[in-house]
Amino acid sequence: MSTPVATQSPPTPSSPDGPVRVERSLGARVLGRPEIGAFAAAVVIFVFFFVIAPPFRTPEALSTILYSASTIGIVALGVALLMIGGEFDLSSGVAVTTSALASAMLSYQLSLNVWVGVIVSLVISLAIGALNGWLLVKTKLPSFLITLSTFFVLQGVNLGVTKLVTGTVATTNINQLDGFASARTIFAGDIPLGFMTLKASVIWWLVFVAVATWILLRTRTGNWIFAVGGNQDSARAVGVPVAKVKIGLFMGVAFMAWFLGQHLLMNFSTVQAGLGVGNELIYIVAAVVGGALLTGGFGSAIGAAIGAFIFGMTTQGIVYAGWDPNWFKTFLGVMLLLAVLVNLYIKNSASKRK
Amino acid sequence: MLAVAAAAAVALTFTACSSQGGAQNQGQATSQRFTIAMITHEAPGDSFWDKIRAGAQQAATELNVDLKYSNNNDGGQQATLVQNAIDSKVNGIAVTLSYPDQVGPVALKAAQAGIPVVGFNQGIDNYTKYGLKMYFGSDETLAGQSAGQRLTQLNPGGKALCVIQEQGSVALETRCAGVKQAYANTENLQVNGTDLPSVQQTIQAKLQQDPTITDVVTLGAPVALAAMQAKQAAASQAKIVTFDLNADVAKAIQSDQIAFSVDQQPYVQGYMAVQALWLNLSNGNDLGGGKPVLTGPSFVDASNIGPITQYAEKNTR
Repeated sequence: MSTPVATQSPPTPSSPDGPVRVERSLGARVLGRPEIGAFAAAVVIFVFFFVIAPPFRTPEALSTILYSASTIGIVALGVALLMIGGEFDLSSGVAVTTSALASAMLSYQLSLNVWVGVIVSLVISLAIGALNGWLLVKTKLPSFLITLSTFFVLQGVNLGVTKLVTGTVATTNINQLDGFASARTIFAGDIPLGFMTLKASVIWWLVFVAVATWILLRTRTGNWIFAVGGNQDSARAVGVPVAKVKIGLFMGVAFMAWFLGQHLLMNFSTVQAGLGVGNELIYIVAAVVGGALLTGGFGSAIGAAIGAFIFGMTTQGIVYAGWDPNWFKTFLGVMLLLAVLVNLYIKNSASKRK
Repeated sequence: MLAVAAAAAVALTFTACSSQGGAQNQGQATSQRFTIAMITHEAPGDSFWDKIRAGAQQAATELNVDLKYSNNNDGGQQATLVQNAIDSKVNGIAVTLSYPDQVGPVALKAAQAGIPVVGFNQGIDNYTKYGLKMYFGSDETLAGQSAGQRLTQLNPGGKALCVIQEQGSVALETRCAGVKQAYANTENLQVNGTDLPSVQQTIQAKLQQDPTITDVVTLGAPVALAAMQAKQAAASQAKIVTFDLNADVAKAIQSDQIAFSVDQQPYVQGYMAVQALWLNLSNGNDLGGGKPVLTGPSFVDASNIGPITQYAEKNTR
């Protein structure tokens, strides 16, 4: 898959005077985008629920779905970039909880302003991401193994440290602390739009997607990410700083996990230490449904966003349709399989056209 | 198979010698320090279990008992932990029977080896089958029914949404079934309890989908808090009631955001399990007259929340 990537990647800014663009028809270019399959699947699923579930048609429902998509999509975005760079992160689900716990416990136990906890927790999260990346670069072990270890370590640390500090496995409510109100507005506020109320996380999610898209398609770093994921050795041979890119990508996931962790904390003002386990797979699924390849070198930020949207739409759509809750997971599985199949079908027919 | 055979062989070996040990224990002075193993199906990270442990630890400290706590949320693994307790020749075992088919037979083995075993928290329907002497816990059906009856007073002719946060959990399904028996128009909703934002979103979606819902019944304290957020976001007028307590739920009851809580008193479950074992070991007592000792349902609402708020903050309610 690394050959089509070369043609899809935008010209490198390092050669500003007239890069040679491979001219293709608009149709072929659109169909060659990683997220086109996911987009088609999203449309199909949207129409499906729109027809069978009347409550699904309301703006309130759209707001709930977008919120649902944003809480998956924020971390899935970081994970998608990492997967384009050819690596996995299984620790992202519990890393979210780690960041929320660190922030809550620091500010409460030391009676600090909430924002101090938020900032220190960012440092801790980035350090965990950097450690993941550094271990990977140093040991050259598969990221699956490294991050699986981090996953277990963090799970234990989350429980152990919380129990040690608070005496229970949940943090104390922080909503009386200074700075909580402003932190809540930033991370988990409600934005009234007149016809619907959006959660702040939705706006942040869209901003992050835009920034990630810009990085991937318009900067040298973006080219490096594709190159590292496509063929690491060739990338190194042409002077791409492979180690830096990989560590940076892990820190990107950590940043997203930190953000979602702060959202979780500000939304509920307390966190249970056992949360987050299992979410790492949902993030990976969202990225894959959105067109990221498990082998690296291919994918997009918008794709991951659409993947998360499909996930949010399906999860909530089942509720709006009023289906038997016992079959919930089965419906979800079938929907995701369909999304991936549509994705695959479109991608195959697209590559035949070229 | 080899492991099972080996375990059985080990257990058989102990069947003979431990029953003598049990008899010897009773003959000795009551100031003796007993070792009691408490083995639960706790999935790590749920504050509910902190209270069970806090209660058990309190009893252990008061009675000079060496308490060995262990847990695994997998039936087979929990059975292995019970076997470990038998192998390390503890004086008594307190066990939760959330997975009766897996854990029950090993508990029976312990009982046959002369180790007194009591059940708590889960297993009210089948603890006698596996040789458990006593049981301390809530009757989930009764708890559900009482909650349902209260709802008929709160919102006569309304519709309840019963939120199940763990798919396939017998205890949670039983609670909702109990609610439905007393409050016929009750619908279940499945949510992913390990992901609180998703719990909130799913309840929110359901409240939007069905505006006739007048009550939301949650089966755990953190879920109740998520339901409060969902109610606000969906601009719903539904009343929220919950099972279990924590400091935040206590506050919400005080401020009337949650109508009432059905408390199964986990602290008491842990405390009584250890104390009853100690009484049995040191004085040959048993509690309950062959019937389960009920620690719930105990109702907490605006009328009695006053002092309970402090206890919830201390992690004992």
